[in-house]
Amino acid sequence: MPDNKQFSLSCEVVSQTPELTLDELCRRSGLTSEKLTTYVEEGLIIPHGAETTQWRFSRMCLIEAHKISRLERDLGLNPAGVTVALELSSQIKTLEARLRYLEKDQIK
Amino acid sequence: MEYQDYYAALGVDKNAAQDEIKRVYRKLARKYHPDLSKEAGAEDKFKEISEAYEVLGDPEKRAAYDQLGTGNQTGEDFQPPPGWNEGFEFSGGFPGGRMDTGTTSDFFEHLFGGQNRSGRPQAHTGGRDHHAKILIDLDDVFKGATRSIQLKMPKVTPDGHVTTELRTLNVKIPKGVRQGQHIRLKGQGSLGHGQGNAGDLYLEVEFSQHRIYHVDGRDIYLDLPVAPWEAALGGKVKTPTPVGPVDVSIPPNSKQGGKLRLKGRGIPGKPSGDLYIVLQIALPLADSAKAKNMYQTMADELAFEPRAGLGV
Repeated sequence: MPDNKQFSLSCEVVSQTPELTLDELCRRSGLTSEKLTTYVEEGLIIPHGAETTQWRFSRMCLIEAHKISRLERDLGLNPAGVTVALELSSQIKTLEARLRYLEKDQIK
Repeated sequence: MEYQDYYAALGVDKNAAQDEIKRVYRKLARKYHPDLSKEAGAEDKFKEISEAYEVLGDPEKRAAYDQLGTGNQTGEDFQPPPGWNEGFEFSGGFPGGRMDTGTTSDFFEHLFGGQNRSGRPQAHTGGRDHHAKILIDLDDVFKGATRSIQLKMPKVTPDGHVTTELRTLNVKIPKGVRQGQHIRLKGQGSLGHGQGNAGDLYLEVEFSQHRIYHVDGRDIYLDLPVAPWEAALGGKVKTPTPVGPVDVSIPPNSKQGGKLRLKGRGIPGKPSGDLYIVLQIALPLADSAKAKNMYQTMADELAFEPRAGLGV
C-alpha cells in the first residue's frame, strides 16, 4: 500500500452516475447476479437501463451491495429481511435526526 | 499479547451449547451491526462479538480455545503454551469469510490467523473495497479542508499472516459534500492479487453536531432569537451564517417559529442549499418596575387572546 502520510489524497464524492455493469457489480460486491437481480426486484438496488443486459449501476449501488453482502453474511438474513432491515434503519436515521433537532432546545 | 475472553464477550457460560452460542451471537450481531446500529462504539463491539463467535461458533476452534485454560481475563498478558493446538484440525479457516472486512485482535491472529481465509488467492483478482466513516465539521464543507484520519486496516504479511496496520490518510474534503454521501478514494482499499487492481476506500460522511446549525440534506436550519418588538414591528437584525454574519429583514407581525429563507446560503453545490432562519421569540423578564409596567400596559391596552383557538 502506498505511503500517504506526506500528501493529501484527492477523492471524489460518490455520484449516481451509472458506470458499472452487472458483472462488475457482482465481482466487486461478491454477490451473485441472481442475488443482485433479486435485490433489483425488491427495489433496493435501482439500475439504469431496461433490459438486464443494459443494466448500469452507480457507485451508490455498489456501496448498497456491499452493505447487503455484509448483512446477509453477518446476520444470516434473506433478501426480504435485508430489505426490511435497511428500510427501517433508514427511517430510524431520519427520525433520529428530526428528534435531535427538536430536542436541542431542551438541552440549552 | 492480551488474552481475549470470548465467553465474556458473548456473555455466555463456558458450558453453553453450540446452538445457544449461535442464538446469543445473532441477537448481539443484530443489535450492534455497524450497518444498522447508530449506537456509539457499535462497530468495536460488533468486531469483538464476531471474533468471539468465529472461535466459539466453530466446535473445533472452541475446543482448542478451551484447551488454553480458563481463569484469564480480557486484557491480561498471555502467551499460549507450546503445542497448544496440537491435535486440532481447523476446517478451512473462516466460515463464510466473516472477518474479511474487520480487524481482529493480536490474540486471535496469533492463535487462528495463519490460515488462508478465502481460499487460495486467484491470479489477477481485484483487491477488496473498504468502508469507514468520517466525521467532519460543517465549516469544512464550506471551505473545503484536509483532514487526517486514522484507519485500522488488515494487512497480509509475506508469510500469509494477517496483521492490522494503522494507516494515516490525509483526505481532502470536497467542498459541498453532504451528510450521508460517500467519498471514494481510488486504490486505497486492499491490494489486488497479480495484476488485479487495488480495491477502493469508501468513506461515509457524517457531520459532527454543530452548536447552532442543524443540517438537513442541502439545507441548514438556524434558530434565531428575536425580541417581541423585532418580531412585531419588523426590522433588520444581524444573523450568523456559516460564511459570516449578514443582516436579515424580519417582516412585521412575524410569528414564533416563522421561517425566513436565505436562498443559496446552505451547503454549497449545484444547486446550493438554502439557509432557513427559524424565529424564536425571546421574552424579556419582568424583573423591574419599568418592565412590569410595560407588560401591564400591554395587558390593559391590547385585546389579545392567545388561547382563542382552544375554545376556552
